[in-house]
Amino acid sequence: MADLWGLMAEFADEQALMAAADQARRAGYRRLDAHTPFPVEGLSEALGHPRTQLPLLVFAAGVAGAVGGFFLQYHASAVAYPLNIGGKPLVSWPAFVPVTFELTILFAASAAVAGMLALNGLPQPYHPVFNVPEFDKASRDGFFLTVESADPLFNSTETRRFLAGLGAAKVHDVLP
Amino acid sequence: MNSPILAPGHSNKTITDKISSLILTRHTPRAWFLGVAAAFGLMMLLLVSVGWLLVRGLGVWGINVPIAWGFAIINFVWWVGIGHAGTLISAILLLMHQKWRNSINRFAEAMTLFAVACAGLFPALHVGRPWKAFYMFPYPDTMALWPQFRSPLLWDVFAVSTYATVSLLFWFVGLIPDMASMRDQAKNRFIQWFYGLLAMGWRGSARHWQRYESAYLLLAGLATPLVVSVHSVVSFDFAVSQLPGWHSTIFPPYFVAGAVFSGFAMVLTLVIPLRKLYGLGDFITDRHIDLMAKVMLATGLIVAYGYAIETFTDWYSGGVNEIAMIRTRMLGPYAWSYWALMGFNVLLPQTLWVKSIRQSTWALFFIAIGVNVGMWLERFVIVITSLHRGALPSSWGMYTPTFWDWTLFLGSLGLFFSLLFLFIRVLPMISIFEIRQLAAEERHG
Repeated sequence: MADLWGLMAEFADEQALMAAADQARRAGYRRLDAHTPFPVEGLSEALGHPRTQLPLLVFAAGVAGAVGGFFLQYHASAVAYPLNIGGKPLVSWPAFVPVTFELTILFAASAAVAGMLALNGLPQPYHPVFNVPEFDKASRDGFFLTVESADPLFNSTETRRFLAGLGAAKVHDVLP
Repeated sequence: MNSPILAPGHSNKTITDKISSLILTRHTPRAWFLGVAAAFGLMMLLLVSVGWLLVRGLGVWGINVPIAWGFAIINFVWWVGIGHAGTLISAILLLMHQKWRNSINRFAEAMTLFAVACAGLFPALHVGRPWKAFYMFPYPDTMALWPQFRSPLLWDVFAVSTYATVSLLFWFVGLIPDMASMRDQAKNRFIQWFYGLLAMGWRGSARHWQRYESAYLLLAGLATPLVVSVHSVVSFDFAVSQLPGWHSTIFPPYFVAGAVFSGFAMVLTLVIPLRKLYGLGDFITDRHIDLMAKVMLATGLIVAYGYAIETFTDWYSGGVNEIAMIRTRMLGPYAWSYWALMGFNVLLPQTLWVKSIRQSTWALFFIAIGVNVGMWLERFVIVITSLHRGALPSSWGMYTPTFWDWTLFLGSLGLFFSLLFLFIRVLPMISIFEIRQLAAEERHG
């Protein structure tokens, strides 16, 4: 059974899944993931996933939007197309605040969405978990824990017994 | 006792089945076809009105000196205002942990997008040569021209386009997990493919959810100041000018409150019949209706305060032109619009203090429509009455909307409702995964 991508255990609800995730992690498994129909608080931490760096990316994009937005207005109003209106200064910065603000938000929000999709590797039309016929429940009422065969501790018989011992209703083979 | 925000006895399975079945399996109600037919007919009227406008030019509208801003600006501000409830419900109520938002945010966000689409139409047409509207964006062109960044009208271009983009992103991100649900519920190959494409391979992985929630929270945090900024910038179109009736520092906050007021009125106008038609009383309960009515009452009071302080400041300033403007507004040829506005926006919402009125969906439906009319009148009063008496009697004039002004306005309603009917037929109008989350929280406290 070396051609397995991994094993998928099905649980009744999010609490059973949380408990199982915690135990699998304690047992030393590292290549773990879970699939749930709604975000479950603390599940990612229980599985040992690192915290996402997305906020940093969004912050950087927001700064880029602010600086770029202000520079755009400065360049247009003072360098490329200077217009003297009633002797007012060319770099009339208070008038540039609204557009700078809007561009900050635009850049940061776009980065939040694009960054989330990119870090998640989406769009991704194919993934081995979709090979499990019962997996369509993951978007409805199914709670799944997966262990990848790439995990150093993985052994198809041992891992299957371990998962069943955690109270899984069913353990499915995941073909690559 | 208050009724719950989710009817008891729902599991993850029943929530998913109920909402997805509205699109996938249940019979489309007859009212939907009638609604689409009416809305599509009005949209064709929009097409004719725009076509005629392009053939003959802006002269087909009733605008002229001194009233050069007519229906186009009134309708623009009205639609943008309506488009504020969606992001308010989605973003601000999310940050404030108001769980009742989960049942109505998807629908309100869709409404926002369609209202902003209608709003964008009017300034683009008002330009006169809409095919050159792209001149407003800063790009290095061969004429070496750059836009005037000191003008509030240009700020508006950035504010409204950013708002439209961010609202679309927020809405789309919220839809991704539900698209996966629809993909997995669908039986037909084509429908699976359609939703599968939109779901982009979403598989509800814990790793994905973590980034997803982080992105969603960040978007909410970014959208919150954005909502406030957009209608503030719209109010700058007026407030930054020196015209009595427009030049007022109360404008930004009172425009924002007015936007939320009209947005909630529109959500109520739409949700009350839809809830009945699709039997969604389990998810959009009487408690939601009651809470929305309270938000309407609160924002209505802020708006009433805005009217009062605006008038007071004009009187207190002692400025001859300010006082003359207030006098003509209240007693001049357009006095009917001012007093109708007071009736619809100040007196009518006071009925919402009464609990039995907040609990009567019929009464609320008509109050909400009254507020929609009132908010439209507010923009009419601001735009028309401030312009119709210049400082010199030689620049006095009257504004009469033409046939094409009215058809374009009705046509924009057609566009709005066509998009809305299409949305409720094709996409889940209630966020499925957020209701599952809500149900889980209710189960475990």
